[in-house]
Amino acid sequence: MTTRDAFLSKIRAAQPASRPRPDVPVFPSPEGDLKTRFTLALTTMGGTCVHAHSFDEVKEMIAARFGADAVVTSAVAGIEGTRALAPDTAPASLQDVDVGIVRGRFGVAETGSVWFSENEYVVNSIGYLVQHLVVLLDPAQLVDGLQQVYRRPDFQSARYAALVTGPSATADIEGVLIRGAQGVRSLTVVWIQ
Amino acid sequence: MKVALFVPCFIDAFYPQVGVATLELLERLGVDVDYPRDQTCCGQPMANSGAHKEAAGAERVFARNFADYDYVVGPSASCTHHVREHFTAIEQTSAVQKVRRSTFELVEFLHDVLKVREFPWAEFPHRVGLHNSCSAVRHLRETSNSEVAGAPFSKPRALLEGVKGIEFVTPARPDECCGFGGTFSVTEEAVSVRMGQDKVRDHVGAGAEYIVSGDMSCLMHQQGCAERLKVEAKFIHIAQVLNGARA
Amino acid sequence: MTKTVRIDHAKAAGAFLQKTDHVAFHDKRLWDLRSKRDAQAHGIPEWEALRELASGIKEHTLSNLADYIAQFADQAEKNGVVVHYAADAAEHNALVHQLMSERGMTTLVKSKSMLTDECYMRDYLEPRGITVMETDLGERIQQLDHQDPSHMVVPAVHKLRADVAELFGRTIGTDPANSDIHYLAESQRMDTRPYFVREKTAGMTGCNFAVAETGTVVVCTNEGNADLSANVPPLHIASIGIEKLIPTIADLGVFVRMLSRSALGSPITQYTSHFRAPRPGTEMHFILVDNGRSERLALDDFWYSLKCIRCGACMNTCPVYRRSGGLSYGGTYSGPIGAIINPTHDLKRYSSLPFASTLNGSCTNVCPTKVNIHEQIYKWREVIAERHEVPFVKQEVLKMAGRLLASPTLYRATVASLGGALKRLPNFVLYNPLNIWGRQRELPEAPTETFHEWYKKNRKSAK
Repeated sequence: MTTRDAFLSKIRAAQPASRPRPDVPVFPSPEGDLKTRFTLALTTMGGTCVHAHSFDEVKEMIAARFGADAVVTSAVAGIEGTRALAPDTAPASLQDVDVGIVRGRFGVAETGSVWFSENEYVVNSIGYLVQHLVVLLDPAQLVDGLQQVYRRPDFQSARYAALVTGPSATADIEGVLIRGAQGVRSLTVVWIQ
Repeated sequence: MKVALFVPCFIDAFYPQVGVATLELLERLGVDVDYPRDQTCCGQPMANSGAHKEAAGAERVFARNFADYDYVVGPSASCTHHVREHFTAIEQTSAVQKVRRSTFELVEFLHDVLKVREFPWAEFPHRVGLHNSCSAVRHLRETSNSEVAGAPFSKPRALLEGVKGIEFVTPARPDECCGFGGTFSVTEEAVSVRMGQDKVRDHVGAGAEYIVSGDMSCLMHQQGCAERLKVEAKFIHIAQVLNGARA
Repeated sequence: MTKTVRIDHAKAAGAFLQKTDHVAFHDKRLWDLRSKRDAQAHGIPEWEALRELASGIKEHTLSNLADYIAQFADQAEKNGVVVHYAADAAEHNALVHQLMSERGMTTLVKSKSMLTDECYMRDYLEPRGITVMETDLGERIQQLDHQDPSHMVVPAVHKLRADVAELFGRTIGTDPANSDIHYLAESQRMDTRPYFVREKTAGMTGCNFAVAETGTVVVCTNEGNADLSANVPPLHIASIGIEKLIPTIADLGVFVRMLSRSALGSPITQYTSHFRAPRPGTEMHFILVDNGRSERLALDDFWYSLKCIRCGACMNTCPVYRRSGGLSYGGTYSGPIGAIINPTHDLKRYSSLPFASTLNGSCTNVCPTKVNIHEQIYKWREVIAERHEVPFVKQEVLKMAGRLLASPTLYRATVASLGGALKRLPNFVLYNPLNIWGRQRELPEAPTETFHEWYKKNRKSAK
């Protein structure tokens, strides 16, 4: 196997003369209220947005939509599912969970994305292995666009960070859009403080 | 100003009427035009095949023939592009660089140098699909293109607006390549033909009776495709239209 | 050591063009992606500025690549990641096998990685007892069909639903008569899902961007299969081409904004995932791969192709690619970017690719990092001609043509009798242009006189 030194020497010998690093400005944002922009962007990507005023309301909504018998697991303190979730829960064990409840740290108006790290997920696989994802999001935690997102310090500390935009999708066969490719079949953002 | 006419090799051989129209048009506009007799070819066919060294002979002849002119004008965007951007098989003396800088495609020359917009002798009462070659669009930047946002503009269209009677119709894919591409038309015959057929059908589908272009090579290819398909379309070079051809 | 087979793009394209339904769909679908890209690009006032920045950041990074890789590796190691260095595909593949067999792992679930396709990793692992499950739907289709991906973003775009139905019926036990796309996609989901949760399984992703500042690997998918591959198994291996480096997290504000807009015309992929450190109790390994990239970096005319962020916009806009299908290019990378990358791996094998182009320049205009693709295609033609590997014409013919056009008298004599001359082409010309032109096109009529002759007759004071 090649050593680091040999590997890097080869590259160093090959690389062209150094070009300067450009300054990257922050470009002006489009007009419009953040929540409206977010909702439009997320809807285009196949997600839905609803409102709730309490955790009870969230639980009722889930029961109404997914059935009282749905297997629910929650990463949100204060909401219990039917299946307990702890940092040492085996990732694969979530494979038969119908609904996962998570809270996004912030949302992005430009794209309709929600940001998660291992802190929000508790067990990372909850974002992907469950059938349906319910995402609690505080409308006060909306960021303008990706330019702003990537200047946040959150990426320095997160071991794993994901910008999630709607449910899993593919259009690999004849360009026909399928929701629920490998990951979740639906993603619902619940506006709640 | 001293102006020389450059007649691309295949126009000389197959479409002399385009050379004639170009000459007559410039003369109508009061330009005194020379036609250096010993010209052959700009070197593009060899250079585009990668045979850079083999283009040197033709480039030398070109540079010699067009040495003493302020403007070298030719009815072909692809040849003009070759001279301005790829004419590097011979030593780049100041004389050679001058010839390169001074070479203009006809539409560029009319639009940017003579700045003419009116052609009172011209009338072309037909529905026209204007085809701009990729050399004209992307390399010589005679028009805006659909990939890059910006204010739309078109030098050939601006000129044709000075011709009575033209009704412009626009195809669905206004600047997709028609598939001539030089030797590509032969070495990748199947793809080339499919592209030409698609282009012709697109223009005719938009209602074009005539397909007009500043590049005869594109027209030769599209006409070849159209005739074999028995698609109703006629083809004419922009020089002929501006020079007063009625059909 | 097998003899190099020259890929005959034109022949393969001709075969694809016979499949009229496939070509019609293929062309329309990819033009649609190009149109969606246009809508996004034209909707962002700073789009051209972003292209310039993306290009500038990549050129800066590539010209300081050794230092950025060192920084990346140092940070990754601080984060608890193990970093490996693979000089070539063979080392990469052997390393993956070693990591898995050391841990008794026999299944590899993976998300899409052009790099692993380039390394022909599956062909190495499968005979050694490793089950490789491609989890991306398009890659899975191609895996089951033993074909290269035909497009970097939509690997099975050359297939229609009936093809997939027949394939899945043959391989994963679906009803071959049922070509409903929802049924097919659901079948693949259910067939693949058990692999994520299996024992003795490792997960692998590729890498869209490798951030030197933090040692982060960024992976963009629509399916979420990278997140599943990385977050369920106890081992996550990321295969990283060295050209994926970018300096800082903030730079993602340029690249992530451009990637999916260029590829699919959507503002972002459904999942943009940033892997910096392993989950407690699990392992994360990064394999940095060279495999000819440093050789390419040293080429004055061609190193700019390393700026490529694998969006596929060049393929979508290329009128030749849309009508030939990606498989006609004979390698992992196809279309315009394939034409300029592949010859660095094997000039003779891929010598027809730079000629599978009209040099129209549309690719260069849509490339988010401003790779000067059509200019590199032109330059590759010169390299190929210098090595006498031009596939369709012999060097002698080019020399003859050059001499002819260099001599006004010879040229005039030839043109005067053009019809005759072309019919009597020397027999070492591989292609008779007239025969080929005439297959599907009418020939132009030979005029009665050339322009030259007309001028002599009609303009007295000739000069």
